[in-house]
Amino acid sequence: MTTIVRRAVLAGLAAAALPRPALAQGAHGRVVVVGGGFGGATAARVLHRAGVAVTLVEPAETYWACPFSNEVIAGLRPLSAQAFGYDGLRASGVIVARTKAAAIDGAAGRVRLADGSTLDYDRLILSPGIALRFDALPGYDAAAAERMPHAWKAGAQTDLLARQLAAMPDNGTVVLSVPANPYRCPPGPYERASLIAYFLKTRKPRAKLIVLDAKDTFSKQKLFEQAWKALYPGILDYVPLASGGQVTAVDPGAMTVATDFETYKADVACIIPPQRAAPIAAAAGVADRSGWCPIDPVTFESRLVPRIHVVGDAAIAGAMPKSAFAANAQAKVCAEAVIDLLAGRVPEPPKLINTCYSLVAPGYGISVAGVYRPDKGVLADVEGAGGTSPVDSPDTVRRQEAAYAEDWYRTITHAVFG
Amino acid sequence: MRSALLLLLLASPAAASPPGASSCSGCHGAPGGAVPSLAGQSAEDIAASLTAFRTGARPATVMTRIAKGFSDEESRAIAEWIAGGGQ
Ligand SMILES: Cc1cc2nc3c(=O)[nH]c(=O)nc-3n(C[C@H](O)[C@H](O)[C@H](O)COP(=O)(O)OP(=O)(O)OC[C@H]3O[C@@H](n4cnc5c(N)ncnc54)[C@H](O)[C@@H]3O)c2cc1C
Repeated sequence: MTTIVRRAVLAGLAAAALPRPALAQGAHGRVVVVGGGFGGATAARVLHRAGVAVTLVEPAETYWACPFSNEVIAGLRPLSAQAFGYDGLRASGVIVARTKAAAIDGAAGRVRLADGSTLDYDRLILSPGIALRFDALPGYDAAAAERMPHAWKAGAQTDLLARQLAAMPDNGTVVLSVPANPYRCPPGPYERASLIAYFLKTRKPRAKLIVLDAKDTFSKQKLFEQAWKALYPGILDYVPLASGGQVTAVDPGAMTVATDFETYKADVACIIPPQRAAPIAAAAGVADRSGWCPIDPVTFESRLVPRIHVVGDAAIAGAMPKSAFAANAQAKVCAEAVIDLLAGRVPEPPKLINTCYSLVAPGYGISVAGVYRPDKGVLADVEGAGGTSPVDSPDTVRRQEAAYAEDWYRTITHAVFG
Repeated sequence: MRSALLLLLLASPAAASPPGASSCSGCHGAPGGAVPSLAGQSAEDIAASLTAFRTGARPATVMTRIAKGFSDEESRAIAEWIAGGGQ
């Protein structure tokens, strides 16, 4: 094994020298985790708890969680409720290198950090999340996102969209554009549409929302459409692909959003562009031509570069959606597989669960759940399991699912960030 | 005795949780929330709940859909792991 140059993480060495619990027996080796979001922070925790020497590489001191950020946009909760730090992980003994992974040499097993230092690994876990594709929609780039926020990474963008909505004219028009699959959080745009509609209904009843979708079908569709009909008639106008919903260009100067059929003038435009895995995935050689990362469904090891594992939104996880719940579940399975591999054991085929809640109004929640297992080289649905909340559920169930959603957020953020 | 236990520990796949088990803590966390905590529940209770969710004997909004993804044997393994402190 080569030695680690740890300039960036010297402060953590003392913690690393503490005695490890019994589980460390048999698990030798060094693991580097890149990305301190729902996937990476979880993986680092599991590995550390098992006594593996792990370094988590994450440049940001504050992590802004996307789940529930649609509620912030609609003025239903403060942005501060989305902020999490890494002190909890540090306190539990995880070494956090506060810098960016700049390059990865898969053959040498080495990560070069932005500060110039390097970390050698026996196994690397990448959970770097997404990049917004600023090359995929004419007119939309990083500068345009300052006028037409995507708010698909939480934080400043979330705040910007919330402020724009609050400041728009009483009879204004909001345009929300939704990309084709795959993208982060399949039901997320429709939850956002619902909550913006709720905001308009309660705060600016003369305004309206136009949703332009590059698809004809979407997650929890029946449930969303039922709720929109009941709650937001005359406010929310949904335009699917078949009716010309695909956005082909935007003009941030004129505040227009164009499809092949029509050009819409917006007071507020939320443009959710196509996405791919964050740049470090391509730099490591683990992203394919789709921009996402093919993986083995048992270990999450890259199909392209050995000893690099990819979890969370960046991975091609078959039937599993790109969600925080999924990233958390995948990270646990991946970390356990890495522990097995380091100890020379063959990991057992796993099963994974996902549950995603959406709020369509305060106190009105809907959900989709799934159970997944490796099948023919991909993660596939376990047949007969999963599905959405029943369409004909009474209000009590909607209220219960809204409460479950809140509780899920509290539980998972506590489990991941402490 | 002690060395036999140690051998057992070393030989058993220390990290591995039974299929599906590690996903549960995505929702089931601290006591006092809307989602019941599993802390302190016996393996029998957890396994019985999973079976009841699967057959529909115990109505629920989400667990009925999830429990259908697991056999009796898998449910029991999950229940034992959680009751034994797995998370
Ligand atoms: C509006 C919205 C609502 C959502 N609601 C839900 C929901 O209700 N439920 C749900 O389950 N999911 C939800 N999601 C999805 C969820 O946010 C993502 O699926 C989840 O964040 C994915 O986790 P991840 O670890 O893959 O990536 P992220 O959480 O994005 O974490 C990636 C981390 O990697 C770091 N990173 C990137 N590159 C580097 C590098 N080179 N070096 C070091 N670090 C790097 C980043 O700084 C970041 O901290 C929602 C998403 C959106 C946009």
